[in-house]
Amino acid sequence: MGDLDEFSPDVRLFLKGYPWRRIDPVPWTPLRKPLAECRLALVSSAGLVAPGQEPFDASLRGGDPGFRAIPSDCDPASLRDTHRSESYDHAPLRRDPNLAFPLDRARELVARGRIGSLAPRHLSFMGSITAPGRLVKRTAPEAAGWLVADRVDVALLVPV
Amino acid sequence: MCNQAVGLVAAELERRGIASVAIQLLREVTRRVRPPRALCVPFPHGRPLGEPDRPSVQHAVIEAALRMLEDPTLEPPALVDYEA
Repeated sequence: MGDLDEFSPDVRLFLKGYPWRRIDPVPWTPLRKPLAECRLALVSSAGLVAPGQEPFDASLRGGDPGFRAIPSDCDPASLRDTHRSESYDHAPLRRDPNLAFPLDRARELVARGRIGSLAPRHLSFMGSITAPGRLVKRTAPEAAGWLVADRVDVALLVPV
Repeated sequence: MCNQAVGLVAAELERRGIASVAIQLLREVTRRVRPPRALCVPFPHGRPLGEPDRPSVQHAVIEAALRMLEDPTLEPPALVDYEA
């Protein structure tokens, strides 16, 4: 388990008093068909960008609520880590982006029939969002709309 | 913060009819934010799927997450602890 003790004293103090957003009521969509018939999208908050995409903006107060679409046919090794958090070791993720954006694993699951297909694009956020108002009101609904348009059935979300 | 961000996105996906499962690294935060389906993993920040270049480890975590999607007995908010 990740632990608050991994963080610096300053960060720990901030997190201790932080008013976490409570999801209430908790929405729920049951699985409506076998996973072998479902289309999967990945959502990562590791701040990854594809070649040619703008890096996330770590200077925005409250965090960058934006997101990038990562094409499903991209090479995970080509993704760039633009997450600026110093609260974790970036080396493992930079060596193997599948650690937080498991596109190769997802392809293997499709190849073996465990899931039906992959969405044409996946979503990348940068997770250091301390003021999530814009995320909740604007960018998360927009991102969800993209996945609905792509007829996505299930999503696997991976923080970092 | 990453845990909260993916939880909030997951909630939006569920509202729009997409079933979601979120890996989570901080159980305390997960309990407060309450993503619809959360798989709490025993790995440090920066390594949500365990180990780099270890597909078998990554697949085991993902499989546990997929089983949450398939489990008809779970109710929101569903929190499962991953055991390797």
